[in-house]
Amino acid sequence: MDLARYHRLRPAYYRLEGQRCTSCQAVQFPARTTCRICRARTLEPHRLSGRGTVYSHAEVGQAPRGFASPYLVALVQLDEGLLVTAQLTDVDPEDVVIGLPVEMVTRRIQEHGPQGYLVYGYKFRPILRRRKAS
Amino acid sequence: MRDVFIVGVGQTPVGEHWDRGLRELGAEAVRAALDDAGFETADALYVGNMLGGCVNGQENVATLVADAAGLLPVEALKIEAACASGGAAVRAAALAVAAGACDVVVAAGVEKMTDGAPDGVVAGLATAADQDYEASHGMSFVALSALLMRRYMHETGAEREAFAPFAVVAHANAASNGKAMFREPISAEQFARSALVASPIGILDAAPVCDGAAAVVVCSKEAVRARHRPVRVAAASVATDTIALAARSDVLALSAAAVSAQKAFAAAGRGPKDMDLFEAHDAFTIITALSLEACGFAQRGEALRLAAEGCIAPGGCIPISTFGGLKARGHPVGASGTYQIVEAALQLRGEAGENQIKGARRALAQSVGGHGSVAVTHILEA
Repeated sequence: MDLARYHRLRPAYYRLEGQRCTSCQAVQFPARTTCRICRARTLEPHRLSGRGTVYSHAEVGQAPRGFASPYLVALVQLDEGLLVTAQLTDVDPEDVVIGLPVEMVTRRIQEHGPQGYLVYGYKFRPILRRRKAS
Repeated sequence: MRDVFIVGVGQTPVGEHWDRGLRELGAEAVRAALDDAGFETADALYVGNMLGGCVNGQENVATLVADAAGLLPVEALKIEAACASGGAAVRAAALAVAAGACDVVVAAGVEKMTDGAPDGVVAGLATAADQDYEASHGMSFVALSALLMRRYMHETGAEREAFAPFAVVAHANAASNGKAMFREPISAEQFARSALVASPIGILDAAPVCDGAAAVVVCSKEAVRARHRPVRVAAASVATDTIALAARSDVLALSAAAVSAQKAFAAAGRGPKDMDLFEAHDAFTIITALSLEACGFAQRGEALRLAAEGCIAPGGCIPISTFGGLKARGHPVGASGTYQIVEAALQLRGEAGENQIKGARRALAQSVGGHGSVAVTHILEA
């Protein structure tokens, strides 16, 4: 990924930042000039929850240049209702099912950028069981 | 707008053309189409091509083909709409004639994929998707189709094996097409056993990487000659959807395909039941299923039942991919949409040989790019 592109994608890649429409309250990702629902331009930055469930999933056997297969990819339906495309991580392929609860984590998403730097961004993993507060 | 007719068709065999490049393939198809029409040259040449820049290092492909085909100084432009480029070039040609700007236009599609290393071709195909939010996360074109197929299976309860008829019919139809890449029939058992490339998609769900070029000559009524067997372009329409799959409110609706089909039916004053055949964008079996539903040939979730009942085979209620489709004739991506038009025109001219659909009078051809982010639909009439 080119450096300038990576730079401008930081809000989305690091914080899963999309937009909320102050006219109709719809949330969208990625950012656009108009609301995808009501076409209003009254949009403000909005950080998505990063929690949701697997809507569909696949295993990539033949990777594009810059990636090493095999790895898992998914459409994740966030709690807000919208879908995000991402890799799955920290999970075995046989444990992935539609409906699996997942959460966003920050991971290396490209092994080798053309200029030698690593590209980090969001992936999703099964929600870890938290220890109950005593 | 003026009526538009197809009066010439040309195509190279689809396959791995190690001895020929973009210029040779493109020029061969263009000259064959002009020879078929009996014209020496044309007012314009529109060339559909997707991967010239990133796989072949060659942009300005329309000038390259015009030069190689001996058409200089003709107006020549490349038309790019991902895997729908070849269909989009035909739409552009039809527009130019309908608007009265040109009388005779050649629309071609050409793709030369085998010059690229496999990972470069996979990356090139992924440029049809959203680079920032899909391709840069490792999404391949096959992987995006796999996401659609998994969800479709989840919602309909279908097993992988239920997609077999699409591939089996395509290969059976290609067996008698001398231009097709895969001319050996396959069985449903072979389909079920085929190796997975991106689960749940197997190798026999997917169209092959290959080379090829096709072209048609379109013209006004005034330019039609007594020797022609003109096929009328009753409708040509394009629609778009979000570039990223995830941004759609209903990923299985393939709404660009649905909207472009509705526009085409409205323009032609026809409906799905009036069509005698359907050249579908069968790059993956799941896309065939979604296209059948988007175009109104099947209700939502019913495409697999339609296929199981034999509806899509020659003699069925809506025969598809009559020369083998993208699956078995082959899918030189930016050329496939033009191959569909060539094949539909041959059917309506009654010149389809062993592949002839008896009594074919009307055909629907639909070319889909980028997992339904763009769709081009044509209705042709004898």
